[in-house]
Formats: sequence, structure tokens, C-alpha cells
Amino acid sequence: MLAFLNALTSYTFLSRALIVGVLVALCAALLGVSLVLKRYSMIGDGLSHVGFGALAVALALGVTLMAFAIPVVVLAAFLLLRISENNKIKGDAAIALIASSALAIGVIVTSLSGGMNADINSYLFGSILAMSEGDVYLSVGLSVVVLVLYLLFYHRLFAVTFDETFARATGTRAGLYNMLLAILTAVTVVVGMRMMGALLISSLVIFPALTSMRVCRSYRGVMVCSAVLSVVCFVVGLAASYLVGTPTGATVVVVNLVSFLLFAAVGRLRKLVN
Amino acid sequence: MPLITCRNVSLQYESTVVVEDVSFAVEEGDYLCIVGENGTGKSTLLKGLLGLLPLRGGEISFSGMERREIGYLPQQTPVQRDFPASVFEVVLSGTLGRMGRSPFYSREAKCAARENMARLGVDKLAKRSYRDLSGGQQQRVLLARALCATKKLLILDEPVAGLDPLVTSELYALIRKLNREGLTVLMVTHDLSGVLKDANKLLHLDKTVRFFGTPAAYLDTRAGQRMAGGGSNAGVS
Ligand SMILES: Nc1ncnc2c1ncn2[C@@H]1O[C@H](COP(=O)(O)OP(=O)(O)OP(=O)(O)O)[C@@H](O)[C@H]1O
Ligand SMILES: [Mg+2]
Repeated sequence: MLAFLNALTSYTFLSRALIVGVLVALCAALLGVSLVLKRYSMIGDGLSHVGFGALAVALALGVTLMAFAIPVVVLAAFLLLRISENNKIKGDAAIALIASSALAIGVIVTSLSGGMNADINSYLFGSILAMSEGDVYLSVGLSVVVLVLYLLFYHRLFAVTFDETFARATGTRAGLYNMLLAILTAVTVVVGMRMMGALLISSLVIFPALTSMRVCRSYRGVMVCSAVLSVVCFVVGLAASYLVGTPTGATVVVVNLVSFLLFAAVGRLRKLVN
Repeated sequence: MPLITCRNVSLQYESTVVVEDVSFAVEEGDYLCIVGENGTGKSTLLKGLLGLLPLRGGEISFSGMERREIGYLPQQTPVQRDFPASVFEVVLSGTLGRMGRSPFYSREAKCAARENMARLGVDKLAKRSYRDLSGGQQQRVLLARALCATKKLLILDEPVAGLDPLVTSELYALIRKLNREGLTVLMVTHDLSGVLKDANKLLHLDKTVRFFGTPAAYLDTRAGQRMAGGGSNAGVS
């Protein structure tokens, strides 16, 4: 651990990864609670694949990554939300189609523009070296915006998640908040994607929420627990990946998996005791 | 001026008309019971009243209150079984329509939530998880939430469905008490015999209005005798 702390002060790429990672982990955890409870987990996954496609195209065109990817993914979020709301039955199939198509387009564009091997690996599975200084500022800014918006609308998002019909009956504009959720998720996915990888970022959204739902009983409890858990798992994963030399994104996911199993066991035990 | 006036209301899903040409009025303090067989448009009519479904024709007007000030208890809330939320959080969410632009609940909102939990006898459950409650307790919590949203009008869609007879009569007693305290009650039910004594108006819906009047007059009609006789608690009339 001391080695990690030393490295943190001497390598800027590590401290950048830590700052952005913690913020993204926080955003993802909070949004994840709503997404999981609303049965929108698939949207997070779909968005990350679209994000990969957008990233590949942006690189090929030579435009700024985030500036290009964020509008594209937000647009996709609109689309995915519409699909999953309108026809509930085939919604998940449609999302899977869009996701794999975006992935395929991304792969083809990358290979045509010449940078197949090393690059594609880093987009799909993330790279801790990917952040430039500009990226860090932008990421921090966006994450703060996501966090503030989420907290401002926390109670409304709860009401819309718990019982959309009732919320709408009392004058809450549910469609608006669903959209807000999708847009915030889109931004979080794009910001986190470079480091965590397009294929792994959605686990950052889903794992903390599922894990804390094993033991927490109130909504606020789940929120707080997810947020703390997500940040802790990220930091542990980052440290472990640096010390052992494994890819960061994958390591963070495995740490999340371990904590999920632990919490699930605790939840089971508690049920048995009661 | 009646609290709610429905004039020639029609409602549809996609292109099928489900409710057609329904007119009735609800006065302040009324206890209106809506009956009808499965799939005859009762829940749909409530959705029209609540503004959840656009009207195909006709009009609904409220006087002395706004539409969003209705306290609504949905039929079988589609809340997932594993949703983590404490009872207090659920009840508090009923005050949402009143919080305007503020992002957080006011102190009054929290007071109102506590008050309504006490009114329905669920104040001891405040910290419990909603998902761990029994069906009857859950209905009381949702009723407390509905009370937080209104001072005037409760709209209840089959509040006793799936409850045992004892819990059912307790819930009816609660609703009767609320009605006596001045709340207007509008309730869809299949259990006619249970509410016949409480209700002062009755609407029999079968896509359109089959009967609208007092429960006593309804029992004199053929439809009324069939509904009352066909219920599970036959013979109570
Ligand atoms: N969301 C929907 N989309 C399309 N059709 C619907 C929808 N909801 C209800 N319907 C149809 O509208 C008709 C009336 O439904 P409604 O739910 O109003 O009946 P109900 O009187 O409340 O019945 P129940 O006693 O079973 O609750 C039914 O034929 C139903 O199939
Ligand atoms: Mg119904």
C-alpha cells in the first residue's frame, strides 16, 4: 500500500486516474441505484457500446473525443429510453441490437483507420494512461455536474422509481426525470469509459447498487452504501492493478464482484438468523 | 358546484375505446363507489380523472382543488418485491406534488408524513422496509402516502384486493373514518357488500354508465341484485 501511495505522488497518470475514477465511481454508483431499480440496467450496457463506436469514429475523424462522444451517446440514451418505454416486450432485444451494431461499427472504423491492435484493446478494456490533462478537467467538471443534478432531483427520482404512476398522478413529470437519468448515465459512461473500458464500465453502474441492496433496507441506505462501496472498490482495484500489474478496469470489476459475494453472504446469513 | 364534474368522458388505448360517454358529478364529502366487472374500464376512468391518460372526448373539471391534489391509491402498485425503501420514505414521497421547485422536503412535509402515518396506525413501522410488510400493512402505508398528497379527495382502486376479511374490514373502517373527517372518497371495488353501508353514491360502469345513484336505488335494479348476490359476501345486504 505504501508503494502505491508513493507512486501516486510521483506519477501524474496515477493521480489523474484516481481523481477521475473516484468521481466516476461515485456518479455511477448513485445512478446505478435508480437504473437497477427501474430495470434500466440494459440501457447502461447499451450506452457503453455506443460510446465505444463513437470513440472509434471520433478518433478516425480526428475530432475531440469527449466533445464528439458525449452528444452521440446522449442521443443514443434518448433513443434507448424510447425503445424500452414504448414496447416493453422487445425493448431489451432492440437495445442488444443497437449495442452490438455500435460495437461492430466501432471495430470496423478502428481497423480501417489503421490502429487495430493496441488501440482497440485499450478502448474495450480501458487504459489508465488514456487521460490527458484536458480530459481530467473535463471529467471532473462533468462528474460534478452529474452529482449536483442527481442530488437536486434525488427525491423526485426516488418517487418516479418507486411508483411512476403515483408520481405522475401528483404532478411529477416522470418522462422528464427518466430522460434526466438517461442523460446523466450517458455522460457518466463516456467519462468513465476511457479508463474502465467500454465493455467494463457498465459494471461500475450495476455492481454497487446490487451489492448494497443485499443488506440495506432503506433507499437512502442503499444510496449511501453504494456510493461508499463504489469508491472503496475503485481505489482498492486501482491500487491492486498497479501493484500486481493487471489491467485497471478488469481489476476494479473483480474487486466489485468480491464485495458483491461478501454482501450476498451477509444478507443470506442475516435472513437465516432472523 | 360539485368537486368533480365529468361530462361525456371517453377514453381509449391506442385505438380501442374503453370508456365511452361517461357523465357524473361528485360533491364534496361524497363516498362514491365504482363497481363493474373485470375489464369494464374502471381503472381506466380513474386514470382519466388523474390525468394519466388523455381524454378522447368530453371534459373533466375540478372545482375548489387542483388535479394534482388528488390522493391516489393505485390498483396493485407495480412496485417490485425487492425495492429497498423505508416506510417513511414511501409516505414522504406523497408530499412531492406540494414541494414546488424546492429540491428537498420541507419540515411541514415531514410533519404531514408523520401525522398521516399516525392516522393510519403505521407510525411504528416508519423505519421498516416496505418490502418486508404484509399486504394489509402495505396498503395502509400507501394510503398514508395518498393522504399526504391530498386534503380533499382520495381515489382508491380496489384497496382491499387480496386482503383477508379482518384486515379488509379494518381498512374499510379507516376509509369510513377519513370520509367522516371530510375527505371525499372515490373507490373502485368488487366487494359491494362491504361498502354498501358507507357509500352514498354508486356508479356501475360497463364501458359506459349503467347506473348512477344511491346504493339503495341500485339494489332495486336487476344489475344491482346480480352484483350484490354474486359477490363473495353474499347475503349481507
Ligand atoms: N395499458 C393498456 N393498454 C391497452 N389496453 C388496456 C390497457 N390497460 C387496460 N386495457 C384494456 O382496457 C380495458 C379496461 O381495463 P381496466 O383496467 O380499466 O379495467 P377494470 O375495470 O379496472 O378491470 P379490473 O376489475 O380487472 O381491474 C380492458 O379490456 C383492458 O384490456
Ligand atoms: Mg382495475
